[in-house]
Amino acid sequence: MTKEIFLNENIRQRNRKNKRFRWLVIAGSVITIIPIFLIVANLAVKGVRQINISFFTETAPDTFQAMIATSNGEIIPGGIANGLMGSLLMVIIASLMSIPVGMMTGIYIYENSTSRYASFVRSISEILQGVPSIILGIIAYLWIVKGVTRGYSAFAGSVALTIMMLPLIIRSTEETMKMIPLPIREAAFALGVPYYKMIIKVLIPCSFSGLATGILLALSRILGETAPLMLTALGSPAISLDIAKPVSAVPLLIWDFYNDPNMVNLVWSASLFLMIFVLSLNLLSRSLAAKHKYI
Amino acid sequence: MGGDRITRGVLFGSSLIIVLLSGGIILSLTGGAIPAFKEFGLRFIFSTQWDPTAGKESYGAMAFIAGTVITSLLALIICIPMAFSASLFISEYFKGTRGADILRGLVDLLAGIPSIVYGFWGFYALRPLIISTGLSDQGFGIFTASLVLAIMIVPYATSISSEIIAMVPVELKEAAYSMGATRREVIFNVVIPSARSGIMASFILALGRALGETMAVTMLIGNANIIPKGLFSPGNTMASVIANQFGEASGLKMSALIATGLLLFAITAIVNALGKIVIKRFA
Repeated sequence: MTKEIFLNENIRQRNRKNKRFRWLVIAGSVITIIPIFLIVANLAVKGVRQINISFFTETAPDTFQAMIATSNGEIIPGGIANGLMGSLLMVIIASLMSIPVGMMTGIYIYENSTSRYASFVRSISEILQGVPSIILGIIAYLWIVKGVTRGYSAFAGSVALTIMMLPLIIRSTEETMKMIPLPIREAAFALGVPYYKMIIKVLIPCSFSGLATGILLALSRILGETAPLMLTALGSPAISLDIAKPVSAVPLLIWDFYNDPNMVNLVWSASLFLMIFVLSLNLLSRSLAAKHKYI
Repeated sequence: MGGDRITRGVLFGSSLIIVLLSGGIILSLTGGAIPAFKEFGLRFIFSTQWDPTAGKESYGAMAFIAGTVITSLLALIICIPMAFSASLFISEYFKGTRGADILRGLVDLLAGIPSIVYGFWGFYALRPLIISTGLSDQGFGIFTASLVLAIMIVPYATSISSEIIAMVPVELKEAAYSMGATRREVIFNVVIPSARSGIMASFILALGRALGETMAVTMLIGNANIIPKGLFSPGNTMASVIANQFGEASGLKMSALIATGLLLFAITAIVNALGKIVIKRFA
């Protein structure tokens, strides 16, 4: 009789613990995602006031203009056009360099997946992906700023971003190629198609959405990068499309605005814009990935 | 057939670019670091003095190494309960439901926010909160930086952990349930032991992320070149000191910063390799 009471008490206690733990997990999960709501809401409330047409068409104001506008209670004139153009320029150059090389390397690893050299390249690419971005800034500084353009330049920034994109492209190429059924390739070979044509007409079209997902994710990763650009592209108050000259970028502008107490209002808007842009790219690539899970 | 050989050659050539690129990175970092190591020897690693005054220049990276390790480990400690409960939510309690998908999507979004936005948000939203607690009058420091860092690495830890937890065989869990175990007991006695190495690897890889993070930490840590004295003491990390001082550096100081970069490279490479080994061996 006493033993039974003891057992019941024991079960009740275990069930209580069980329930408590479940609530703990739910609470922990909610706490984990609270920051994203806080950040989005915070930036939206404070940033939306400055976003208008001139925000996208005009270059960044100087600190004096910003100070006068702030002290009069007006919105700060000017915008982030120089940053937008600089970011666009560097991202395009980085894509032109990293996408072909990354895709070809990914295809090479996939085609020779049994060879030791290919798995060596794969491990190297994994290590490259883990290298902190600031170190790639140092590298682009040593190689390009000192060696090629003899000064801070858009090209140096592009090279840093290229090295960041490469491992992401390589990995996503290899992963998508793996999902292409073997018979499709064999059918092409059976028709006597040359190897390069098989790659261009079969492998790449079949894995197109997967490749697009990988590229979009890589872009969303590098668009927000600041640290390597501080050591390479430096920033510029005017719109410049010369790849041998310093250029600005949206994250660089945020850094400049942040360091200037008169510009604080503009940081909120620039951050809001950058975040929305990067998150939309991110979501777009995810929805692509979900839609075309197999090929 | 000749054409095929060219195609293979081109593919091989681009893979060679990756190898040369990585070799070049290591060579350039080492080459740039040599003057500093020649001048200070091992003192560069163990000294905490960072004095750029011309004539009596002296550089040691210990304060930054300490700052990097302390902020990253603290971030990891804060991150563990968050990532752990999110993984259990996604792969155990609400596995396959819409709620799990939504949570996973939101956690992934955290990885999409640029570092500089985190830094800025931490500066204007989090710092005042910390000042208002009275624990720190500036609001900068190790704790503020680690807190933001923890939020930034949660998605990396969660995505791997939740995948590993989802792979725990149902038979194992059912065997435990059939013995009358409660869900909590199944989690602690079946799920965690069989997913242990994967969960550990996910946290090691998240640590690797935290070590190299630059902008958010630079904006929040207070940039004082000292070994942090407490949770709310300012400090500096290896990545931040490079970001802050590289622009105006030259000569020996430049070499010291590159040497700091080399050390950071080595530390992150070791941590990442460790994570990969743990995953490969036990997964």
